[in-house]
Order: sequence, then C-alpha cells, then structure tokens
Amino acid sequence: MLSETGMKKSITEFVKAAAILWVFIILCVIIAVLSPNFIKLLNVVTVFKQISMLGILAIGSTFVLISGGIDLSVGSIVSLSGVCAALLGVKELDMPLIVPIMAAILVGSAIGFINGIGVTFGKITPFIMTLGFMISVRGFALLLSKGRPIFGLSDKFMNISNAPVFKLGAVAVPSLIFYLIGVIIIMSVLLKLTVFGKWLYAVGGNEDAARFSAINVNWVKIAVYTLNGCLAGLCGVLMTSRINSGDATVAENFALDAIAASVIGGVSLAGGVGTIWKTLLGALIIGVMQNGLQILGVSPFIQTIIQGLIIIIAVFFDMRSRANK
Amino acid sequence: MGAILEAKGITKSFTGIRVLNNVDFELQRGEIHAIVGENGAGKSTLMKILMGEYRPDSGEILLDGKPEQIHSPAQALELGIAMVHQELNYMPYMSVADYMYLGREPRTWFFLKKNAKLELTRKQLENIRLEVDPNIKMGELSVSDIQMIEIAKVVSYGSKIVILDEPTSSLSETEVDRLFEILNLLKASGVSVIYISHRLEELNRIADKVTILRDGDMVLTEKLINLKREDIVNKMVGREIEEIFPEMNKAIDDVLLAVKGLTREGEFENISFDVRRGEIVGLAGLVGAGRTEIVTAIFGEKKLDAGEVFVKGKSVKIKNSRQAVRKKIAFVSEDRKLFGLNLIGSVKDNIALVILRQLSRYGLLDRGKINKRTGTMMEKLQIKARSVEQLVESLSGGNQQKVVLAKWLLTEPEIFIMDEPTRGIDVGAKSEVYKLMNSLAREGKAIILISSELPEVVRLCNRVIVLHEGKITGELERDEITQESIMLLASG
Repeated sequence: MLSETGMKKSITEFVKAAAILWVFIILCVIIAVLSPNFIKLLNVVTVFKQISMLGILAIGSTFVLISGGIDLSVGSIVSLSGVCAALLGVKELDMPLIVPIMAAILVGSAIGFINGIGVTFGKITPFIMTLGFMISVRGFALLLSKGRPIFGLSDKFMNISNAPVFKLGAVAVPSLIFYLIGVIIIMSVLLKLTVFGKWLYAVGGNEDAARFSAINVNWVKIAVYTLNGCLAGLCGVLMTSRINSGDATVAENFALDAIAASVIGGVSLAGGVGTIWKTLLGALIIGVMQNGLQILGVSPFIQTIIQGLIIIIAVFFDMRSRANK
Repeated sequence: MGAILEAKGITKSFTGIRVLNNVDFELQRGEIHAIVGENGAGKSTLMKILMGEYRPDSGEILLDGKPEQIHSPAQALELGIAMVHQELNYMPYMSVADYMYLGREPRTWFFLKKNAKLELTRKQLENIRLEVDPNIKMGELSVSDIQMIEIAKVVSYGSKIVILDEPTSSLSETEVDRLFEILNLLKASGVSVIYISHRLEELNRIADKVTILRDGDMVLTEKLINLKREDIVNKMVGREIEEIFPEMNKAIDDVLLAVKGLTREGEFENISFDVRRGEIVGLAGLVGAGRTEIVTAIFGEKKLDAGEVFVKGKSVKIKNSRQAVRKKIAFVSEDRKLFGLNLIGSVKDNIALVILRQLSRYGLLDRGKINKRTGTMMEKLQIKARSVEQLVESLSGGNQQKVVLAKWLLTEPEIFIMDEPTRGIDVGAKSEVYKLMNSLAREGKAIILISSELPEVVRLCNRVIVLHEGKITGELERDEITQESIMLLASG
C-alpha cells in the first residue's frame, strides 16, 4: 500500500536512480545547442561507432567490478589478441575468418583465465595481478609484432568491423555497432536472468557470506575474469579490423576508460552493485563528451581535462544519491 | 540535587513515521540506568538525539538543569556525553596510547610528546584497573579489552554521562564481571551510565533503574528492585508473552551426525560427540574455546588435521560448503553481517541464495518459483519487511537473522548448526527463534547450538558439551545442565 509519502518517495527514488540518465540528457542538450551538427544522423552513428569497443569492454569490466574484483589488463589483452588476429588474418595466409577470430578470443580468454587463477588460487590481489599482466601482455604483443604494425590484412578481415550492414538514409551503419548490440543482449541475459549473475552479485556483495552459502567463489571469479578476457579478445579483432592493421600499441587507456564508464554508470568499486544499462550510459556519456568537444573544436588537451572532471562529477552525484537512501 | 540529564517530551519522526512519542527520561548523578525495548522501540534514536546526531522535532534536553541544544557529537562530548558503540570503531594498527589520545595528542608546537602521552595513557588505564601495555596495537587486543579502552577513553574526556550500547553481547562471563566492576567504579566517582541491552538477566546485577520503551513510547521508568523480569518483558512487548522458551522435545531418535577425534592444530583437539534426531546439543564454553572453529570445520570451510565425520553412520569427507549442503548440513554462522548476509542484497536474493540452482532451468532463473518460495518463507517466519525486494541492511537485527534462517530452511537440511543465533536480537524475535528451533527438533532434525547466553543453553538443550581451550572438558545430560555446572567445566 503506497501512502502519499510512499508515492512521493518512490518517485524521488526513481529520479535519483536515473540521475545518470539526466546527466546524459543534459549533456546532449548542451552540446546540441552549441553545435547543431551534433544531432545529425551521421554524427550519431559516429558516436556509436566510437563507443562500440568501449561499450563492450565496459560491460566486461562491469562484470568484474560487480564480483568485487578489477581488471586493469584489458587494454593489453586487446592489443595482444589484435596482433594474433592480424598475424592470422593477412591476405597471404588466406585463412577462413573464423580462424583469426577464434584465435583472438581464445588468447583473450586464456589470459583472463590466468588472471582468474592468480586472483583465486594464487591469492594475488586483483589490482596487482592484472596490473602485472597489463605490462607483460603488451610486451608480449610487441614481441610478436616485432614492434611494428602488421599490414596487408585480407578484405574480408576488414569487413568484420567496417562492412556497412544497412543504410539509414545516406548514412551507413557499420557492423561494429552490431557486435556491441550482440554483447549487450547476451551479457544482459547473463547478468540479470541467470544463476551466474546472482552469484556475481552475491560474491561482490559479501564474499565470505557467499562462500558459506555453498557458492563456489573461486569458480565464479575465474569465470568472470575469463569472460572479461574473452570480450577483450573480441575487441582485439574489432580494433584490428577497424584500423586495418595489427598494432600492439593501441588501447593503452582502454582499461581505465572501461572502468570509468562503469563507475559513471553507478558500478561500485567495492562490488555487488551495477547494471549493464547504466554502464552503457556511462560509456555514452564519455563518448558524447569526446564527440561533442571534438565537434566544438576544443583542443584535445582540454578535452582530456574535461573528461576527467566529468567522471568525478558524475560519480559525485551518484554517491550522493546512494548515501541519501 | 537535580538530575544530571533530563529529556522532556522528546518527539521525533522520520518521513511520516513517528519514532519517538513524547518521551520523558531522567538520569541522576552516579546512576546506572538501563534502557530496554524491542528493536524499533526507539532506543537508538533517543541515544542519537542525546549524542547530537539527530535533532528532536519537539521537546527539550536539560543538562544539570540548564536547557541545551546538542548540535553534534563533538558538542555532546564537550557537554560531557559520550557513547561506546556496540560495533567498536577503532583503528587496529594504532597503539593504545595513540588511539586514546587521537586528536588531542600532548605536544609542544609541532612536536608530539610521546612519553607524556604514554604516561597519561597509563594513568587512564590505571583508573579503570586495566592492565594493558599502552604500546600494543589495538588490533591485537581482545574485544573485551578494546571495549575497556573505549570506556577509559570516554572517561578521560571527563564525560559525566556514558552511554553503553549492548556492551556485553560479545563478552564472556568473566569479562562481563570485569565490565561491571568498572561501571561500579565509574558510578562511585559520580559518572552516570545509560546502559542499553537486550540481556535482561544482567540488569539486576548492574542497573539501578530501568526505562522501558515500546513503539516510540516511554512505557515505564522504575527501580529495578521493584520489578520482576516477566514484568519487564511484558511491558516491552505489550502483551502477555507466554513462556519464552518452548517445551523441550523429548522424542529423540538415531544418530544423524557423529564426529570422532577432530583435531586442528592450535584450535581444537580430539573432539568427539554425536547428535541425534530431535536433539538440541549445546556446545558451551568461554569465548575462544574453539566452538566456532569446530563447527566451521564440520561444515567444510576449515581444514581438519585429523578426525572423521559421519553422517547417518557413513564416513564423509566434507571439503567445502557445497559438499556440506549436499549432506544436508546447514550452518547459521556467528556474525550475520560478516558471514550470513549480503547486506546490499534484497531479502529475496539472500533467502534464495543457496538453492538458486533448484529455482532455475538450464541456468536461467525461474522468477515465479523464486518469488513464491521466498514469499512463503517470509510469511512463515514473519519477517517484517516492506517486500521481498527490500534491502537486507535496513532490516532490524531480528529480521535479518530470520532471513539467514529462511535461507537455510530452504535447503531442507537435517543437521542444523547454529552459532549464536540470537545475538543482538530482542526478546520478541528471540522467542520466535526458539519456537522455530523447537519445531525443527520435533520434526526430527538435529541441532548443534553454540551460545554464550547460558540461560538459553540451559533451557533449550537436551545435552551440553563443554569445551575449554579446544578440548572437551565434559558432557552434561539433561538433569545435570545448570549455569553453574557449565561454567565449572568451561573454566577448565
């Protein structure tokens, strides 16, 4: 039974929970007012293109963060798996596409798996474990690519990210965006509708209680790091296809950006809290901001300054709304 | 001489709900005044008002006859009011002296006078007859010592009014005696104590007066010598509460769980006992006797160096909680906030947690089943929450404990291990837990009960096994179980 105060209370709660949404809307409105080019269809598609990979990695990071962990190595996994995919995707080898794609995903998953083992059985704190790999894995990628970008990829490889799937008016929507959509759908089901999702929240919310509640905490953690590595591996393929070369130096900031997007989206660094939709909003806020500042011709240095500030502000409001509950 | 503290007509509401209703409260100099009431009666709200954390909607507070507005805990401290919380907030890596004088370190200019601080600390500790080295880190001390230091700290501020919130919930009998000695010392020196506790049986030993709160109303303030325990309980609960303890189940059957020679270096040695259907077996002993360690090992979450566990006569190797649950063992662990609940999860998520796989198809959650089973449990145990979606952290202690019990009941276990199941919950909720335990026993389940509340152990258990420093010192049958016989064996 909702009394009058009860009704008012649930409306304010809804508004607070959607605080991130309001931030996003206000941000879009401001930019649109300052530059009408922002809401042009071409630009909207561009924004989604720019955040496709960020979105995928942010979703993976969200999973890891919900379980109470953290993964700093995703950028390096993207780089290594991208290099592996490139090595197998060159024109001369003429491999069926499935080979480089599966290779990248397997490499990513394997590294994620090792992260998981280190964090559970190795009892190494996640920050350190993934930090170590962040450094070594990139080194390995540089080694494999001999420090130079790998060119000469087959046309079908290029099409992985760039093939125009359909046209909205004059604007082509590349396949890249559909990978994001696919990941969103699958991961949302996994997080919200499966037993595994509930286990993630339980482990992140109180690991000891989860352990005593007959949950295989080690397995859950290994699975989530492997999953994150798998998504990073996928991004490796997408990135290589997008820039049309296997480059070991890409994705340097990806891990932090992915975590930033998650945190803006209300994911708690302590674990147990987070949803995919809000993380996506976080990624969109970052993307829209980058895009908006670009359109407005703001210096890239100032862009970076503002980016950092927006992250702090967005989280500030989210923390406040949570403290008031 | 007037009262040192007078609260008149204190009223407070939160979002339309009246939490305190015109409450009057008076505290005399050198008085130990207990405040009792069920969870939600308003005790902690009243204390928060005295401590300056909340402002009353109406009413006034007089200190030594002077009306005062208490704006903040810092100001409350200045006015001489201090509180020692149930959950002790301290810094484990600080030394006793550092902690004691945190924020007011003796100094000349920028330089800290370390020796002066040590001296001052020693004096404060002497005042309460506590023998602790001021250089030891706080984290190395026992809960009881930490509490003593909190009290010493509060006294060293010159506090005239000390509020103690559930001070004895983690203490053994000897530690409780020590606490009471200190309180009497304080009393003799003119300090007044407000003593909040669910442990009604202690009140006669230490408190002069008791104030009973119920649903935000001040029901009664009376000298303890004029009251019987049943009167207090009745006034707290507002209804005639029949015997808090149900009649013990006598129908005892075959052995469900037997352990032989359980040993874990440094924790327990050669533990053997069995538990039968329909039985409630108590594991008694002082804090640190090893009881929790033993049952945690039986449950599979601690490794055994030696020994065997038999379930229904068959030897089993239980290496983790999952295997234990498969063997139909349930473990309601000691600290629900640490080991029993995901506080940021909902009632529904917590209750369903262990049997999630049964409530799903091919890994996909069956929402209907989950809602149904958790809803049924909520009703059966009368868990007071707005809905199954409410976050567990906002429930009272008693309801939180019921959520933990509900979670385990859904696994349909045959052997129940309960470690301090009624700690920190009020009389009404305790009685419900006892009824539940009793009905489980009548259904033929076996229960191992660990409890530091001797009256509970005496009234509930068919048999009691007593431990001292990791070894069994004795086993008491029904007629032999008394508080004295237990204490005797528990002290070695």
